[in-house]
Amino acid sequence: MQALRGLAWLLALQSVGELMTRGLSLPFPGPVIGMMLLLPALRWRVVREPVSACADFLLVHLSLLFVPVGVGVMTHLSLVSQYGARMLAVIVLSTLAGLAVTVLSLHLLQGRPDPMGKEGPDA
Amino acid sequence: MPKFVELWVYLSATPLFGLTATLVVYVLAQAAYARLGHAPWANPVLWTVVCIASGLLLTDVPYPSYFAGAQFIHFLLGPAVVALAWPLWQRREELRRRWWRLLLAALAGGIAASGSALLLAWALGLPAEVALSLVPKSVTAPVAMGIAEKIGGIPALAAVFAVITGLVGALAGKYLFDALRIPVNPSGWAARGFALGTASHGIGAARALQVNADAGAYAGLALGLQVVLASLLIPLAFRWF
Repeated sequence: MQALRGLAWLLALQSVGELMTRGLSLPFPGPVIGMMLLLPALRWRVVREPVSACADFLLVHLSLLFVPVGVGVMTHLSLVSQYGARMLAVIVLSTLAGLAVTVLSLHLLQGRPDPMGKEGPDA
Repeated sequence: MPKFVELWVYLSATPLFGLTATLVVYVLAQAAYARLGHAPWANPVLWTVVCIASGLLLTDVPYPSYFAGAQFIHFLLGPAVVALAWPLWQRREELRRRWWRLLLAALAGGIAASGSALLLAWALGLPAEVALSLVPKSVTAPVAMGIAEKIGGIPALAAVFAVITGLVGALAGKYLFDALRIPVNPSGWAARGFALGTASHGIGAARALQVNADAGAYAGLALGLQVVLASLLIPLAFRWF
């Protein structure tokens, strides 16, 4: 029941987000607005407890949610056969660049070890 | 075998088929992944996509009739993005203490990923709409679709690029971090996780979570940050130029 109530909160906030992004022509997708609305609302227990039950389930299985879109690659086979190697090269190289820049900048910036997850429960 | 063919034609046209195929293949791929000791190349999303896509192509089932069932899983991406507020809220103390370092790393990584994708696509002579669909690829798929739509890319293509980007990060991250001599201690795990979440969103984060709890927490944080930064900054950047 908690998880179901949490899903209701998530969907309601997503709907508000969709309405706001359409109505005010904001640059964010609706779910992102929903996320930004949810963040301050988590201080209230009526929101936090149900949302945490649902969020933990959804986020643990996050990678499953990408499968339907991923299979969509079969609808772009003509683009893939024409540009596939080049597209893959761009994706691989730019992803490696992004990973390397992020990991090095954070590693250099943080200096001394500062573990987290000691105080709160881990996701 | 005409009976079998008839049955297959019937079953493959109902939404039940797409939903069942997605879940069953994923559960099997997940089991194989665990059996193989979570080796990066055994990534369950990769193999689920490969199996289903080649199965559909071989049996001539069109993507829309698969998606009629798979959309119920796809739909959950929206609430999942909203739910990302939860890991952010859990780490709020951490965020408050180190926000400028994390923000700087997230910005640097995001700009490096998007900028290098745009430059490389242009250098390799890819069509403009393909290049624009490559820009938001380090953000989680549903958000990448929204951004691509706003800047003139193809949303469906952007989503596929985002999934492939996630897989590349999940597959190659470990080797790259080892080559860069990022240590395997709490602060090293934090940096590794944060980089995976920044450059390869949910699929990278799922991988990080599997390997180390600190890495997973930071990956969730990075993924949420990247969603906000990219959906704000990428459309703005394209409005200016």
